[in-house]
Amino acid sequence: MIETPSAPPKLMLLLGATSDIGHATARAYAQAGWDVILAARDGAGLVRNVADLTARHGRVVEMRSLDIMETDGFADFLNGLPHLPDTVVSVVGLLGDQARSEADPAEATLVMRTNFEGPALLLGLFAERFAARGHGTLVGVSSVAGERGRASNYVYGAAKAGFTAFLSGLRNRLAGKGVHVLTVKPGFVRTRMTAGMPLPKPLTAEAGEVGAAIFRAAEVARRDVVYVRPVWGLVMLMIRTIPERVFKRMKL
Amino acid sequence: MSGAAQEVSGWGRYPRRTTRLVSVRDEDAVAPLHRSGTGLVARGNGRAYGDAAIGADTTLDLRGLDRMVAFDPGTGHLTVEAGVLLADIIDAFLPRGFFPAVVPGTRTVTVGGMIAADVHGKNHHGAGGFGAHLRDLTLALPDGTVRSCGPGSELFAATVGGMGLTGTILRATLRLRRVETGWIRRSTVAAADLDAAMAALEAAHDTTYAVAWIDGLARGAARGRALVYRGEHATRADLAALSPGAPLQPPAGRGALAVPFDLPALTLNRVTVGAFNALYYGRGRAGAGRDGLVGWAPYFFPLDGIRDWNRIYGARGFLQHQCVIPKARSRDTLGAILERVSHAAPSFLAVLKLLGGGGGLLSFPIRGYTLTLDFPATPANLALLDDLDAIVRDAGGRIYLAKDARQSRDTFEAGYGDAAARFRALRRAIDGEGRIASVLSRRLGL
Repeated sequence: MIETPSAPPKLMLLLGATSDIGHATARAYAQAGWDVILAARDGAGLVRNVADLTARHGRVVEMRSLDIMETDGFADFLNGLPHLPDTVVSVVGLLGDQARSEADPAEATLVMRTNFEGPALLLGLFAERFAARGHGTLVGVSSVAGERGRASNYVYGAAKAGFTAFLSGLRNRLAGKGVHVLTVKPGFVRTRMTAGMPLPKPLTAEAGEVGAAIFRAAEVARRDVVYVRPVWGLVMLMIRTIPERVFKRMKL
Repeated sequence: MSGAAQEVSGWGRYPRRTTRLVSVRDEDAVAPLHRSGTGLVARGNGRAYGDAAIGADTTLDLRGLDRMVAFDPGTGHLTVEAGVLLADIIDAFLPRGFFPAVVPGTRTVTVGGMIAADVHGKNHHGAGGFGAHLRDLTLALPDGTVRSCGPGSELFAATVGGMGLTGTILRATLRLRRVETGWIRRSTVAAADLDAAMAALEAAHDTTYAVAWIDGLARGAARGRALVYRGEHATRADLAALSPGAPLQPPAGRGALAVPFDLPALTLNRVTVGAFNALYYGRGRAGAGRDGLVGWAPYFFPLDGIRDWNRIYGARGFLQHQCVIPKARSRDTLGAILERVSHAAPSFLAVLKLLGGGGGLLSFPIRGYTLTLDFPATPANLALLDDLDAIVRDAGGRIYLAKDARQSRDTFEAGYGDAAARFRALRRAIDGEGRIASVLSRRLGL
C-alpha cells in the first residue's frame, strides 16, 4: 500500500481559552483540522474545554496553565510548548468595573495589565520567534472600546487602545518578514462578560460567530483588522468623527 | 441571582408568558439556583411548542451547558452536558461513522430537552424513544442534590419524558449507532386513502424508519391519502448501486432559507395549502416504488432547512396537535379527526406514524397511531382542538406534552391516568417545596 504523505496538522495556541469567545475560537480551529493548545488560569474550566474538543474531534488537545499577570513567567511558558505554534490567538480580556477603577488604582491596574501589558508582552515574544522562523500568525482580540475613550469604560478602553496600537505597530514592523498580525474588534458579544446587559440585537454577535470570524480572518482571508459584524465599522466611523467638544457632552 | 424578567414562549409562539430568564454557564451553577427560589424549570433550545419550557417564575436557560464530555468509539457511548444540540452531535460524529439512535423532526434541540420530552423518531416502532438509548443521566434534584441514575431506577423512569419536572438534567450518556454513510435509502408508497396509509405503515414494521405525510385537506374517498416514506441507513453497497461515485457524506446544504418576518395571516389558507398538497401528492405518487438516496438532513429534518419556519403562521403563533390513539381504535378515530379537520381548518402539516410502546413514566408513546396537525393559534382553532381532544379522549388516546399549549386537565388525566398519579406521588416525595414548576405543570396540576 502506498502511503500518501500528508502535512502534519497545524498548531494553534489559544491564550484565554476559558472565555466564551476563546472556546468558540478553539472549536473553529479544531473543526478545521488544527491541533490546539489551550492556555488559561482557570484549571477546571480548561479541563472542561479540553474534554469538549477531544470528544468532538477525536484529537489530542493539550492545556497549559497561564496567568497573564505573571509576565516574568512568559519565557518559561513559551519554552514549555511542544513546538512553536503556527498561530497564537489572544482572547485575554477583563472588562472590570469602571466605577471601581476610578476609585481604586489596584482595580485599574488589573484592568490595564490584563488587557494590554500581559497580552502585548506575550504576543511580542512570539513575534520575535515567528520573525526568526520566517512565518506565523498573531491574532489579538481587542475592542471597539479602544477607538475612543468614553465615560462608561475608558479604563478598559484605554488598555484596549494600547493593545490595538501595539498590534498595529507589530504588523507594520513584521509585514515583510512573513508574520501576519490580525486585530479583531468583536463589538457586542453575548457572553459571560456581557450577561445581563441590554444589547441591541443587530450589533450583537454570538460567541460562535466570533470564533468562526476569527478563523476565517486569520487563516483564510488573511485580514489585518476586522469587525466581526461589518456594521460596527460604520458605527465606529461615526463615533470617531464626532468633534470632541460635542463628544464630551454626550452620554455613551 | 441575575436574570431579567422577559416574555418567553415555546416554538409555537403561543402562549407567551413573563418569566425571569437566567443563563446557566456551568453545571455547578444549577444547584444554588434550585435552592434560591421556587417555580423554576430548565429550558433547552426552546423547541417545545407550548408552555413546557417556561418556568412558572424562573426559567433556567441551559444552552451554556454545551460541552461534550467523553466519547468511546469502541462502544459508541457519548457523554455530553445537557445543553449540547443534536445538530452538534451529528456534525461531530456522522463523519466518524456514528449517528444518534433516535432523532426527532428537528436537530435544533438539546439533549436535555430530548430526554425531558422522551422524543421519538421515525424508528419508534423498532427502536423506542430517545430515553431507551441512554446509559445514564445526571440531574440536580429539586433540592439541589446532584444524582446520577440509569435504566431500572424510578428516578430515571420519571425523568425520561418527565418534562423537566424531576429536576434539572445536567448531563447524560447516550449510545450512538454505527452507520456507513450519511445517506438514507428511501422508498415511497403512495396511499390513496387512510386505510392504505395505515396498511403501508403496518407493512413497514421491519423497516428502520417509516412515516406518512398526509393530505389533511383531502375529503371523501381520498380522505387520509398519503405518501408513506420508508428509510434505511444506506450502506456503502447501496451507495455504489444507486449512485456510483457519490461521496460517503452528502454535501453540506446551502445556507438555510430563512423566513425573515412574520407572514401575513392569510398566507396559509385552504386554497394555498390545498394546491400545495395536491402538487406534493402528485409528485410523490409519480416517484413511488423506486428506491432513492436522500441526505440525512432533508430526510430527518426537512423543516430545519427553513430557519424560523414558525413565523409562517404570523405573529399570533400556532398550535401543534399531536395525539396517539390505541391501535384498536385508530382507524375510526383518525378518520373522525381528519374528517373534522378537513371541513374546519387547513393543516399545513399532517404526519402519521405508528408508535411502539414503552419509555418513561410520562412518555407520550403508546402502541398505536400518532397524528400531528398544525393550526394557527386563533380562537376558532382553539375551539376546534377542544373538539379533537374529546375525540381522542373517547378513544383512550393522549396528547403529547412537548407539543401541548392548551389541553385541559381532564384530557390530560384521561390520557395519562395512572402514570400521572404515580408521577405526582414521586414529585411530592422529591419536591415538597414546589421548587420545580413550569407553566405546563401548573396548568395540568402536575
